[in-house]
Amino acid sequence: MQWETVIGLEVHVQLATRSKIFSGASTAFGAEPNTQACAVDLGLPGALPVLNEQAVAMAVQFGLAVHADIAEVSVFDRKNYFYPDLPKGYQTSQMYHPIVGPGDVEITLEDGATKLIRIHHAHLEEDAGKSLHEDFHGMTGIDLNRAGTPLLEIVSEPDMRSAKEAAAYLKAIHSIVTYLGISDGNMAEGSMRCDVNVSVRPTGQEAFGTRAEIKNVNSFRFVERAIAFEVERQIELIEDGGSVVQETRLFDPDRDETRSMRTKEEANDYRYFPCPDLLPVVLDQAYLDHLRSQLPELPADKRERFQNELGLSAYDANVISASRDMAEFFEAVHNECGDAKQSANWVQGELSGALNRENLSIANSPISARQLGQLISRVLDNTINGKAAKEVFQALWNGQGESADDIIDAKGLKQVTDTGAIEAMIDQVIADSPAQVAQYRDSEPEKRGKMIGYFVGQVMKASRGTANPQQVNGLLKEKLDALL
Amino acid sequence: MYEKTLTQLAAALKSGEFSSRELTAHYLQRIEKADGKLNSFISVTAEQALKHAEIADNARAAGTAGPLAGIPLALKDIFCTRDVKTSCGSKMLDNFIAPYNATVVEKLNAAGTISLGKTNMDEFAMGSSNENSYYGPVKNPWDLTAVPGGSSGGSAAAVAAGLIPAAMGTDTGGSIRQPAAFCGITGLKPTYGRVSRFGIIAYASSLDQAGPMARSAEDCAHLLGVIAGHDGRDSTSVTRGVPDYVENLNAPLSGLKIGLPKEYFGDGLDPDVEKAVREAVKVYESLGATVREVSLPHTHYAIPAYYVIAPAEASSNLSRYDGVRFGYRCDNPSDLIDLYTRSRAEGFGEEVKRRILIGTHTLSEGFFDAYYTKAQKVRRLIRQDFLDAFEDVDVLMGPASPTPAFDLGAKKDPVSMYLQDIYTIAVNLAGIPGISVPAGFSNGRPVGLQILGTHFAEAQLLNVAHQFQQATDWHLQRPAFAEEYA
Repeated sequence: MQWETVIGLEVHVQLATRSKIFSGASTAFGAEPNTQACAVDLGLPGALPVLNEQAVAMAVQFGLAVHADIAEVSVFDRKNYFYPDLPKGYQTSQMYHPIVGPGDVEITLEDGATKLIRIHHAHLEEDAGKSLHEDFHGMTGIDLNRAGTPLLEIVSEPDMRSAKEAAAYLKAIHSIVTYLGISDGNMAEGSMRCDVNVSVRPTGQEAFGTRAEIKNVNSFRFVERAIAFEVERQIELIEDGGSVVQETRLFDPDRDETRSMRTKEEANDYRYFPCPDLLPVVLDQAYLDHLRSQLPELPADKRERFQNELGLSAYDANVISASRDMAEFFEAVHNECGDAKQSANWVQGELSGALNRENLSIANSPISARQLGQLISRVLDNTINGKAAKEVFQALWNGQGESADDIIDAKGLKQVTDTGAIEAMIDQVIADSPAQVAQYRDSEPEKRGKMIGYFVGQVMKASRGTANPQQVNGLLKEKLDALL
Repeated sequence: MYEKTLTQLAAALKSGEFSSRELTAHYLQRIEKADGKLNSFISVTAEQALKHAEIADNARAAGTAGPLAGIPLALKDIFCTRDVKTSCGSKMLDNFIAPYNATVVEKLNAAGTISLGKTNMDEFAMGSSNENSYYGPVKNPWDLTAVPGGSSGGSAAAVAAGLIPAAMGTDTGGSIRQPAAFCGITGLKPTYGRVSRFGIIAYASSLDQAGPMARSAEDCAHLLGVIAGHDGRDSTSVTRGVPDYVENLNAPLSGLKIGLPKEYFGDGLDPDVEKAVREAVKVYESLGATVREVSLPHTHYAIPAYYVIAPAEASSNLSRYDGVRFGYRCDNPSDLIDLYTRSRAEGFGEEVKRRILIGTHTLSEGFFDAYYTKAQKVRRLIRQDFLDAFEDVDVLMGPASPTPAFDLGAKKDPVSMYLQDIYTIAVNLAGIPGISVPAGFSNGRPVGLQILGTHFAEAQLLNVAHQFQQATDWHLQRPAFAEEYA
């Protein structure tokens, strides 16, 4: 039997507010345990939440970016359960009236095809603290620094049909939130966490199969692997005559498998009800219009523009637009040199390679977009050749000069295009290589083309790489052929 | 000194008749002598009070003192106070010291008033008799075999006995007005949102409101002016400006339209209480008011709606008492579940557990719509009843409680206790203000007249109550206890 996979994602995005969603405590990552938790975060008696307006603005920006309906009135609810890292015994979330209503996100697959994934809703909520199970001699430590950190939970419709689509969707969300600057998107630090709902059904069947929810899948790669494993597990189970039970499962990246956490019967009754300490959030049109006017150009729009106006390939446009930093770097390079294709090649090639080698983000690139643009300009105007350009790039990377021009001057890399000078070097090489000249002369005409490479190399060496290779080629051929 | 109202004491401090230190020492001495019998205080902070009194006297000498500087007060033990235990009447918080002051406390401190201590209360403000306190019941100074009412029973008893000129209470379903009525003092529950809830330990967040309890409406007017106002730390506090509540006290009442809700004079109302209330209404007629009967048709749904909404909120609000971070923790927990269950089983009293169970049940899947959602609909209807009534009349009047103070131990089953709040509870559901003023006696126990106004009509309520107190002297009567024991 043929099986179809059905996937929906719940993505928790940590919003990049300075303070927590309901208190003034800092949200900075990595502080000493329990140094960034105030009375509100600790759930002390009498402490009351006050909504962080910045978190609301960020949620709205996301909603606008995914073409969603923004709720005129949204309401915070309490989700009640006991856990040591949940100080109040409830999490403040939005169950019944979320701030962001239905919307959609366009994803791009590896073959360049696009697909629209619908967003069911997105809601604001507070994060819990962390339970630390190591280093406490069998006891559990509680760190409440994270308690009260604002999260935007983005819930998709079950529109994805493969692990690749799920990963592409997650990347698209990552791209949108980082473009908007509403999250640092750092998955390693938990700024983006993902729960995956997976089910399978016979191809052609309309009704969904029973789904399993896989918790805490925290990288693009793990999403693909967790889904791949889970799909295989479910198909095997059904084909062996069993049936999938609705349950929550945990992905173990070390063993590459999912394990049951709790079944539906064991699920908590969260006893949601509207939080009486917070007023409903009421947003008017003027506020939405203001935020809309502040939206940056989003990845999908950039991708389209790069392709249609700058003539980049679908692949290049997709890769470069995926990250706002890279897209903006690329645009700055392009502004400087005026050649989109060259800019894309350098940014994706030499620059990305160097950044990866040293594990740097493009925001921390030692070479500025302006410097790279100027370097490309020097190639385009024939001041230097490609080989020299790589040397200039390396020198800029190492901080050996302020600009490409400085380095070209200092290193004498300026391309020699003076015919007389090149001819002189050629004459010298020919004079110094009687054996090779003789060999050339005695060869079959069709083999001479290959042999000319030797002379080109010698001339380039003599010019310390600065001679214009095309000119060298042409002149050499003329001179050698004249000796025949 | 204790015979004076807060207003009179403020004048005496201003004229230099005595110092705040003398006044504070006087009340501390009365507490010391009499509270063994009343049990109205959980904590007395004598040393700190005398120190603050001296600061107030110095400010007075320097000419920087405000009108209430140096006035001794007490705080219901539900207001968080930095450096002084805030127990909320519970074993659960017997060891709890908040690292902050409630906004009400901050405002009182800024006005220069002196806190003499924290008063007894029903545990987590759940109760109508003060018999639910971990620290034992409070006695009514008018009759030591009677309850003082609840949950702000300690505050009411202490004021009535002259152990303190005024005290702060909170009112979620009648917890200021009913004990004020039982103890023959004046107690005001402001409009929801008028006074910040920050630092007040939550019982039912959508209903809780703090207010003053004192000898007279005039005293309450002075205190409300201090504690009212917007607070950035409480999202439900309103930004609306605070009027001068004292300025308006002497406005004439001619033409005042009084409504008597017929539902407040039905079955279960003690004849003596009814008589006292009707007599009081006659006083108003003599002051130029007109009286008519009105109807609040959904009144009989108020208690059931309240006992869905308040426990629902309470069950969630009290989840934080889990033995993990603060408060009571059981000995030697074997694991996490044991820590939770025993800390809560041992730390909470019966009534608190009952309401947590009720609230947990009504919020549960499958019951939520039938209980919580329906109760919220009823709540809207009850609110609308009041708004409709205030289209026709200026204020509503009726009894604060169906009976005078009952005997300690008299109400054995919870429902008969819940019915005590039949005239006060709807007011919290509607969010409107209400005041209870002394209006007579039944067998030596005080009777309270309750006056209700529309949202933010505190100035009018205080005016209406003050004019009654200008025409009568019920509020100036003192229990014999005040002389005998103190």
